[in-house]
Amino acid sequence: MTAPTTAPGIEPVSAPPRPRRSPLPRALIAAAAVIMVMSLVGHVANAPDFGSSGNFGAALRLAVPLLLAGLGGLFSERVGIVNIGLEGMMTFGTWFGGWAGWQWGPWAAIVGGIVGGALAGGLHALLTVTIGVDHVVSGFAINIIAVGLTRFLATKLFVGQEGASQSFGPAIKGTLGKFTMPFTSGGKLFGWKTPDALGVIERHRWFFVSDLAGLLRGLTVELSWLTVIAILLVPASAYVLWYTAFGLRMRSVGEKPTASDSLGVNVYLTRYIGVLISGGLAGLGGAYLVLETSGRYQEGQVAGQGFIALAALIFGNWRPTGVALGAGLFGFALAVQLRSDASVLGLVLFVAILIGASAVWSAIQRKWVVAGVSAVIAAWFGWYYAVTDKVPTQFVYITPYAVTLLVLGFASQRLRPPAWDGKPWRKGQST
Amino acid sequence: MRRRILWGLAAPASALVFTVVVASIALWVSGNSPATTFRLMWTSSDSARNVVAILNRSIAYYIAGLAVALGFKMGLFNIGADGQYRLGIVIAAAAGAEMSLPAVFHVAAIMIVAVAVAMAWAAIPALLKVTRGVNEVISTIMLNAVATGISAYLLSNYFRVQAAQITQTKPLSRSAWIPPLNRFIRLFGYHFPKNVYLNGFLVGAIAAGAIYYLLVYRSRFGFDLRASGINPFAARSSGVSPRAMVVKTMLISGAFAGLIGIAPLLGDIQYHQYSDTFPTGLAFTGIALALIGRNHPVGVGLAALLWSFLEVSTQVLSLNNIPQEISQILQGAMVVGVVVSYEVVRRRQLVAVAKEASQRASAPAAVVPA
Repeated sequence: MTAPTTAPGIEPVSAPPRPRRSPLPRALIAAAAVIMVMSLVGHVANAPDFGSSGNFGAALRLAVPLLLAGLGGLFSERVGIVNIGLEGMMTFGTWFGGWAGWQWGPWAAIVGGIVGGALAGGLHALLTVTIGVDHVVSGFAINIIAVGLTRFLATKLFVGQEGASQSFGPAIKGTLGKFTMPFTSGGKLFGWKTPDALGVIERHRWFFVSDLAGLLRGLTVELSWLTVIAILLVPASAYVLWYTAFGLRMRSVGEKPTASDSLGVNVYLTRYIGVLISGGLAGLGGAYLVLETSGRYQEGQVAGQGFIALAALIFGNWRPTGVALGAGLFGFALAVQLRSDASVLGLVLFVAILIGASAVWSAIQRKWVVAGVSAVIAAWFGWYYAVTDKVPTQFVYITPYAVTLLVLGFASQRLRPPAWDGKPWRKGQST
Repeated sequence: MRRRILWGLAAPASALVFTVVVASIALWVSGNSPATTFRLMWTSSDSARNVVAILNRSIAYYIAGLAVALGFKMGLFNIGADGQYRLGIVIAAAAGAEMSLPAVFHVAAIMIVAVAVAMAWAAIPALLKVTRGVNEVISTIMLNAVATGISAYLLSNYFRVQAAQITQTKPLSRSAWIPPLNRFIRLFGYHFPKNVYLNGFLVGAIAAGAIYYLLVYRSRFGFDLRASGINPFAARSSGVSPRAMVVKTMLISGAFAGLIGIAPLLGDIQYHQYSDTFPTGLAFTGIALALIGRNHPVGVGLAALLWSFLEVSTQVLSLNNIPQEISQILQGAMVVGVVVSYEVVRRRQLVAVAKEASQRASAPAAVVPA
């Protein structure tokens, strides 16, 4: 028997703080479980390319613009400015990126995209921060202006150029280089071709191990440099927002501007910077579309991706890693659609298993209503998988939006947007 | 009082000036003469053909504007009008083709189907908001995309006529057509040129505007609606249930949205069936119109006419080597100009009110002897 450490009669005022476990191991276990399910699905649905490196590579290419725009949304909403204008900012990025790329090459396209997006971001900041217009209204106005202005500029500057018309810009000179990770995926190191270890493992089609190799190889082979930059921007954003004084100021302005103001933070300036970064990142997403998918400006090529990015931001609970996860998931859903019918069916089975797992999880936590509804939805997906052999493309198209709606419906209590997101604030306001 | 009227006029006037200045700069920078452009636009709307084109176009815009404006009145963003209208009109077009009813009833039945579907679709964001606290802006954006997917799926898998070249529903029988107003206009001794038809649903749009007015400004519901928009806390403490208001407003807004597609579907002589060529983006235009028209039925109507005027009158410009995309610049500048000028005026008024109140408060204090 050990004696109690506290003297009798003196109750501890509060429970001792629980040791905070790092979320990393749990995230790794979850990721491993998801890949395990994917592997299983690939075998059961007889869709070998469901977990292939090609599929993951395609998913990555589709996810990068969503990721960039989603990170853009993150910076804006973290300083408290709702950004419905992501779509328009991406559109600005496509035109300016396309124009600069045609003039001076691919790296100029990147700069052009950032500048174009930041211009739209500056307008959004001017309207919402300085003038105090409602954020949704302003973002919406930017979406209207983006369509009109890019059309006007394309008519004026692209029509009559070689291979160009009102809806197609002239081709961008050259491309960005490709990057392949040395040693793991067969990248070159000082001209020496290193072994493609993951590729070898993937070709063996071992259960789980090959799928894991496929995932890693897909994420490390033949990447555009812009993709590498985009991936690096995730930890960079997390670092800036959570580990620097400037990031703390940005987040505090989005949570409680009056408190930040009383501590000497320039709320307006911080918000301007946040929204300008937001526009720049969304514009970079537009430049990615121009550089990597079409090689030139194309009218309407953003096609709602700004809104999917917004969905990824919400799905990701206003955090950089969450945005990356959301963009990856939505990119994966879009990529599967391009592969084969079997892969799409695999996706249905995958969704059924995931929702079923969440139903079990809710049941363990005794949330019976959520568990029941999830179980019904999972059963419906499972039934659909069993009776169908071809999923209509329109259903794949709505996947990101439907997933976000489900997350909003079932997990809205666990989502935590910045407290002052979207609310008006003027300097000198008392609360 | 006179100052109030002056301030009230200041906002639209400055918005107009802003729009013209922005468009002039865009034209001047791109090497065109602003004066020539505006003169061409003005003279082009001389002909009866163009006036009718402007009116026809503005019908659907106006109803879309009303649908959005109703939500705005209580600070509710029904961005989902697009999805509600699209789903409603696809299903109504398909259902209408299967019915055989006498003329007036056929039209009424199609309208009821469109409105019912749109209301059902609008109920989703309303319920998500009141039961789960989901912001309606986000949920309606997502639901718009879902509605686009579902309507495309229904159209290509169930509703389409297999023999047709393009994806379209079965054509509606004559009993479902809303006749053009040409014969009515002829009663006044005016004859339209050949192939010019005034859309008959213009009457429906005017009726919708009247219903909107009665509902918002002359009913118990409208009072609660406006009270919730101006001060939700005051409205709540005077017994207005915010949840019930969200559901009701969203449903009525959805009902208006269901009517958006009626003018092109039943009134436009080139359709009478839903197809891929059906006009898009109508409901998004509605958001802009609600903003420009300040959510007032007359204001939204003027905004719809102005918007259509910009689209129709710029069509001649490309013949004169002026990019007709200037219309979109004008529209964008107009939205920004209106939004900004009203916000600035509102803030100036707040300052004036505060100043007046402080003067009144300090005036008696000065009379009191020390």
